[in-house]
This record gives sequence, structure tokens and C-alpha cells, in this order.
Amino acid sequence: MLKRLIPHPFLSLTLVFVWLALVNKFTLGNLLLGILFGIVIPMLTAPYWPDRPKIRHPLKGLEYVLVVLWDIVVANVQVAAIVLFKREQDIHSKWIVVPLDVTSAEAITVLAGTITMTPGTVSTMLSADGASILVHCLHTDDPDAVRDEIKNRYERRLKEIFQ
Amino acid sequence: MNFVVELLIAISLVVSGVFGLVGSYGLVKLKDSLQRLHAPTKATTLGVGGVLVASMIYFYAKTGYLSVHELLITIFLLLTAPITANFIAKTYMARNLKRNELPDSQSSCGWSIYDEPPATRPGSSES
Repeated sequence: MLKRLIPHPFLSLTLVFVWLALVNKFTLGNLLLGILFGIVIPMLTAPYWPDRPKIRHPLKGLEYVLVVLWDIVVANVQVAAIVLFKREQDIHSKWIVVPLDVTSAEAITVLAGTITMTPGTVSTMLSADGASILVHCLHTDDPDAVRDEIKNRYERRLKEIFQ
Repeated sequence: MNFVVELLIAISLVVSGVFGLVGSYGLVKLKDSLQRLHAPTKATTLGVGGVLVASMIYFYAKTGYLSVHELLITIFLLLTAPITANFIAKTYMARNLKRNELPDSQSSCGWSIYDEPPATRPGSSES
């Protein structure tokens, strides 16, 4: 019964939180309305997520978010330093191909987003079968090190979360 | 408001202003579109983030309530910025780059703007 009412508990919780945050005031009425949205919206949108991945370790997900947030701050400073202090001809941009071990569309999406937000890299394209991702690096002299860092720091954690 | 709170707000505002400026300067300085993509996707994240932090501290000090609108803005910003960047990158590549200017994909298929996905996995090739 509970499983039919709330098929996607994580989405429901997120909706309740987003609603309360949008209203920006915690009252019982708002909480009830939020819960109503949390129940109705997953029901209406259920046809759009036929096979969603299982999140195995929510705590690892939290760790991942913190790591990424910290890296975003570091990335900002690094890119700012490159923009400000490097001469134009000293900036060596390179393409990096990262072969992927994660297979689910959701994990790849999160990884691509993470790559874009973190140090000097923008994810640009997937191979047609989704087995590798093309990354543009603003400045590096050692493309292999960047590739290994992406694999070890982000993809390893995502694999633990999603698979 | 006491001095420490005002100092915190001032620091966040200055930090965000500096990063916003650097991000815009990057747009002018870097030489091709793909390089320019790096400046707005990163340097401005902290730029906007700083203003949001300042706003949160200010309203907490002023009214005593924690405002969570700023948190939502941050989340939506972090979710949407990579997608915009990806669209711009793909458009640029489709218009300006030939297949042989990119490195090999190291898998059985080529890159997705040039090659069709294999028929066995319909709809699962794009992120």
C-alpha cells in the first residue's frame, strides 16, 4: 500500500523540501500542501521514469556532493588564476577521452555535470554507445593525469553509489 | 548588525564581484569558443554563490529567519550550468569541427554528433 502510494520516496522528499523552500516559511499548512505535491507529482510523472537506478548508498551520495562542492571552489580559483596570469600562448587546451565504467544514463549525466563544474574541464560529448566521454581541458600539460583524476575521484564514487 | 556580520557580508560580496569580473574578463581574453566556455561555467559559479551567501547572512542577521531561497537558487544553478555549457559546446563542434579534428573515441562507436547509436540500446546513448 505504502509502496503504491509513494513509489519514489526520494523524489517525494525532494518535492516536499523544494516546496517548503519556495514558500520560505514553515507552517503546518505548507507542510501538508508539500506532502500532497510529493504524493501527486510522482504519480503523474511515473510513466517518464520506467527503469530508474537504485541508489545503494545515500550517505556516499552526500560525501560525493561535499567533495564536488569543495572542488567547485578550488576550480573557480584555478580557472581565475589561469585567466588572469597566463599569457594567451601559454594556455595549452587539450582534448581528453575518458573511457567510462558506469553504464546507467543517470550516473553518466551526474558525471558529465561534475566534470563541467570542476577544475578546468568541460564535458562536451559522449561516444554514440555511451562508452566514453570527450572532455575539453582548459590548460594541462599532462592529459593522462587529468583522466585518471576524473576516474579515481568522481567515477569511482559514482560507481559505488549507483551500482 | 554587529561588525563581524557586516564584515562577513562585505567579504562575500567582494569575492563574488571579483570572480564575476574575472569570468567576464575570461570571455574577452581567451581565444576560441571552447576555451571561452570555461570562464562562465566556473568563475561565475562562485560569483553568484558569493552574493547568495551574503544575502543569506544579511537576512538571518536582520530578521532572525534563515532564508532558504538562496539555497534553491544555488541548487538550480549547479544543475543547469553544465547543461547550457554542454549545448554550447555541442553546437560549436557541430558547426566548426570536423570528425578528424577530435581524438578517437576508444570505443566501438564514434562521437555522438557524427555517429548513430547502436540499435541494441535505444535511447540510452545520450546523457
